[in-house]
Amino acid sequence: MSLSSGLKALRGSASIVGAATFGCGEAPGFTDMEILARAAHAAVADAGLTMRDIDGLCTASVLSTMWPMPVIEYLGLNPSFVDGTMLGGSSFIAHLMPAMLALQAGQCNAVLVCYGSTQRTATFGRTQMAQARRMMDPQPFEAPYEPMQPVSSYALAASRHMAQYGTTRRQLAEVAVAARNWARLNPEAFERRPLGIDEVLASRMVSDPLTVRDCCLVTDGAGAFVLTRTDRARHLPRPPVAVLGTATAVWHRQISAMPDLTVTAASQSGRLAFEMAGLAPKDVDVLELYDAFTINTLLFLEDLGFCAKGEGGAFVEGGAIGPGGRLPVNTNGGGLSCVHPGMYGIFALIEAVRQLRGEGGERQVANARIALAHGNGGTLSSQATALLGVADAV
Amino acid sequence: MTVQYTGVQSQHQAALDQGRFLIQRCGACQRFVHFPRELCPHCGAMSLDFVEPAGTGTVHATTVVQRPVEQGGSFNVCLVDLDEGVRLMSRVEGLAPGDVQVGQRVRARVQMKDGHGMVVFSSGAAA
Repeated sequence: MSLSSGLKALRGSASIVGAATFGCGEAPGFTDMEILARAAHAAVADAGLTMRDIDGLCTASVLSTMWPMPVIEYLGLNPSFVDGTMLGGSSFIAHLMPAMLALQAGQCNAVLVCYGSTQRTATFGRTQMAQARRMMDPQPFEAPYEPMQPVSSYALAASRHMAQYGTTRRQLAEVAVAARNWARLNPEAFERRPLGIDEVLASRMVSDPLTVRDCCLVTDGAGAFVLTRTDRARHLPRPPVAVLGTATAVWHRQISAMPDLTVTAASQSGRLAFEMAGLAPKDVDVLELYDAFTINTLLFLEDLGFCAKGEGGAFVEGGAIGPGGRLPVNTNGGGLSCVHPGMYGIFALIEAVRQLRGEGGERQVANARIALAHGNGGTLSSQATALLGVADAV
Repeated sequence: MTVQYTGVQSQHQAALDQGRFLIQRCGACQRFVHFPRELCPHCGAMSLDFVEPAGTGTVHATTVVQRPVEQGGSFNVCLVDLDEGVRLMSRVEGLAPGDVQVGQRVRARVQMKDGHGMVVFSSGAAA
């Protein structure tokens, strides 16, 4: 599979001109829609636009199957472009390509991508959602064996990686510790207590080999960003962040149907995104990888070409992806320590935008010009990659 | 017996409920398929037939789902590659859940639960 000339021509054609989060951590007393609206309004204001300027909408929800409709109603929009494609946590990065195509075709001029969830504090929370999903999204060939989903699926992938490549629990723990050390530099992060490798190894096992510290947080949170054509972005107040390349790949739904448990569809989405951007891994200054579980970070570093297959464990040893390490990964603290309201992809993208704008404060990566944001959905099922750059990288 | 035309999922389950584990084979491309589908995911042909697998396989990946003793205790969940080349989720019984190993040879059998059959595995190809 190679990239069409039409997609290559889209390189840098759209830019992120506004971004915001709201209610990260705990937002008691808010509904999903309310925190989404707060983040959406803040992102539009950040872009120097008003809600009336928004004529494109991308959004997805874990709960509501018709989610774009209530969002359009609530925000008072009349969009000429709507995309509600639900690819789990990869959705909001996967929304980039259809939004770019719509912008380039003139179907719309300003696309709002937004998400919000109060799964941590809501009455109808995670436990109830899991029960409802067993009915609404049945997996009759896995459910009888009672895997604890999604963690058991990722645990199976981790077990295979360990058996095939000698990856260790200590190497997985390195990922959690690096994320925590970044989170300690981020005032927005939910978990900022010190965390060491031994504490990860000694923490409560959930589904072997993954402990509770190998698993992402369960938080509330909302995120939103605004995308316009890059020519317009140059006239807006914030430094534009150009989308240089993006691609999405989906290979399966159930972990039992994943072709090779050690190779994700990120190997396809990453290759296509790099090809569109005309970039290689060596060009990337900062990475935001969807770390629902510690194994994810290893798999994506490998599949996106930052190290060879099977070498992810060795790659992250010695604090290599933490603050002061050789490659900055998940600088906000990631889903493991910053925020994880059910679907994290939009937060990975927003942190990449903040880094490229130089807004990272204590956690800022010096001279960050190119960032990679990667979203994961389902049980390693859907993978969406975006390469973003500062204006002069276009 | 009256021939009933149903989707392949219920045909597969009906066989399991009678103690028979079936997978599919494509008459066009000859590849094996599991879970049961209406069309071949490899070649797209509508030529899938149910066949009995040998029942032998190898553990591809394994986990222990941690559960308090009062709720039944921890248990094994694994992925098994059948020798026909298809993979399925299951569990290995007759071993402590943490003793199930990637690469271990296992044999399938059908276990009844609440009147329905499900495929589980025992350790050792000859078990």
